[in-house]
Amino acid sequence: MSAAPQHAAPLDVQAVRKDFPILSDSFHGKPLVYFDTAASSQKPQVVIDALVDFYSHGYANIHRGLYALSVGATRSFEEARDKVRGFLNAADEREIVFVRNATEAINLVAMSWGRQEVGAGDEIVISAMEHHANIVPWQQLCAEKGAVLRVTPVDDRGELELDAYESLLSDRTKLVAITHVSNALGTINPAKQLVESAHAKGIPVLLDGAQAVPHMSVDVRDLDCDFYVFSGHKLFAPSGIGALYGKLGVLETMPPFMTGGEMIESVTFEKTTFKAPPGRFEAGTPDIAGAIGLGVAIDYLQELGMDAIAAWEHELLAYATARFEEIPGLRIIGTAREKAGVLSFVLDCAHPHDVATILDQEGVAVRAGHHCAQPIMDRFDVPATTRASLSLYNTREEVDVLVAAIGKVTELFG
Amino acid sequence: MDDLRELYQATILDHNRDPRNFGALETANRSARGDNPVCGDKLVVYLEIDDDDRVTDVRFDGKGCAISTASASLMTEFVKGRKRQEIDETFEQFHELVTGNPGEKVDGEGLGKLAVFSGVREYPVRVKCATLCWHTLRSAMSGGDEVVRTES
Repeated sequence: MSAAPQHAAPLDVQAVRKDFPILSDSFHGKPLVYFDTAASSQKPQVVIDALVDFYSHGYANIHRGLYALSVGATRSFEEARDKVRGFLNAADEREIVFVRNATEAINLVAMSWGRQEVGAGDEIVISAMEHHANIVPWQQLCAEKGAVLRVTPVDDRGELELDAYESLLSDRTKLVAITHVSNALGTINPAKQLVESAHAKGIPVLLDGAQAVPHMSVDVRDLDCDFYVFSGHKLFAPSGIGALYGKLGVLETMPPFMTGGEMIESVTFEKTTFKAPPGRFEAGTPDIAGAIGLGVAIDYLQELGMDAIAAWEHELLAYATARFEEIPGLRIIGTAREKAGVLSFVLDCAHPHDVATILDQEGVAVRAGHHCAQPIMDRFDVPATTRASLSLYNTREEVDVLVAAIGKVTELFG
Repeated sequence: MDDLRELYQATILDHNRDPRNFGALETANRSARGDNPVCGDKLVVYLEIDDDDRVTDVRFDGKGCAISTASASLMTEFVKGRKRQEIDETFEQFHELVTGNPGEKVDGEGLGKLAVFSGVREYPVRVKCATLCWHTLRSAMSGGDEVVRTES
């Protein structure tokens, strides 16, 4: 589906590991086993080099300088935008707005589109498995406008209850904002189906793709979503850069989010006119180097092939799930049939914080806590979980190290 | 494993598995709630204080990690029967014990069983687990309607 060239070759994970310098480091005298990519990914050397090269030999402000250096920086920045367009298979690069991260993209839509389109008594439909970033901006908007937030429930496996979703969609619904892949459970939601149902009732859809884009190829034209958001830092790119995709026809109707330099056509003290999208939404000097780094990360991923990455992660998830099922007193939270590489779990004998401390002593980095998704923790009646998130650079041997480290937890606490 | 046993000493593991003074206290005349929003830990400290500012009974309730549960359990054992001033002084000492420079040896003299938390200073991210119950206790002693948050 994606316009990106896909290689049929399976992922050579040992070669991939060599691309990430941090994976050769040790902590507490043990080689780093990094299972926290869902929080933020590590960076390949090509991305690190791109930043160094740009700051060493290519840096200038963009869209204004008349000298060669600025023209070159502008070209690199706009090329990065086109890479994001290609990565999402969007039709037009004007549909790609650079932002800091998925959180900012959602806030942009809430404050620009939302303030214009949502009124008293209107409803916004989210789900019980949302990250706080896809709850709080809508909650704030609803409070401001007297609108109502409706929540699609999640079943015991961690899948959306689709019948309930359908029945929540009404003529009061102004927007559906749902995650493509859950950060806390790993559930891959049937995004295309969710969009179809909403569109059948004339309701636009925002998909939070922060956890989806690192793991699978995403085609916004095929999904037909109205907005799609993601963060670069989870996509092997620098932190501080992300993207909002919006259908051009929708972006064109939206007022500015932030105002200032760069996003204007003309300014007098009487009146200011604004640029067309995406410039309208990019006030001030952006993270130029970050955008270029994001473009390089996308090149890197496309060279490996998103399908090869997805296949490897799928294999690794199946292996890790089987190993976890052998551990007495361990319960996996989130057992959706369609699942990305996230293993959230609780142990009978130990709290997630104790688990994470002990795992850290073995060099294993995991997340413990509520994963910025407190409502879904409440849904499963756990205060927190330990989460091991798998990525393209993880191996079966690392899963074995993780399982052995969990063994130390049971030894100490069991 | 040895490093971990410095943190998770036998007394801590014991009080985690079998917390003392656990559950609500019917006769409480003070209580306060403490939250650690980072990990989702929540606890309530119930106090019965006499006119003399002496803790005549104390219990705690909630969910937390081993460090937080054991700290609350050992704290309740320590404060029962003691007066506010003494409790405040002990808290100061305890705070110093868990927040001191990592690598520096401490004896925790005068802290009795509470000295088992000396390993916590090696794990700065876990300090709040050990101190949440004490902040909550102090809030309860001073009237405490506010929820104590480790992040505020």
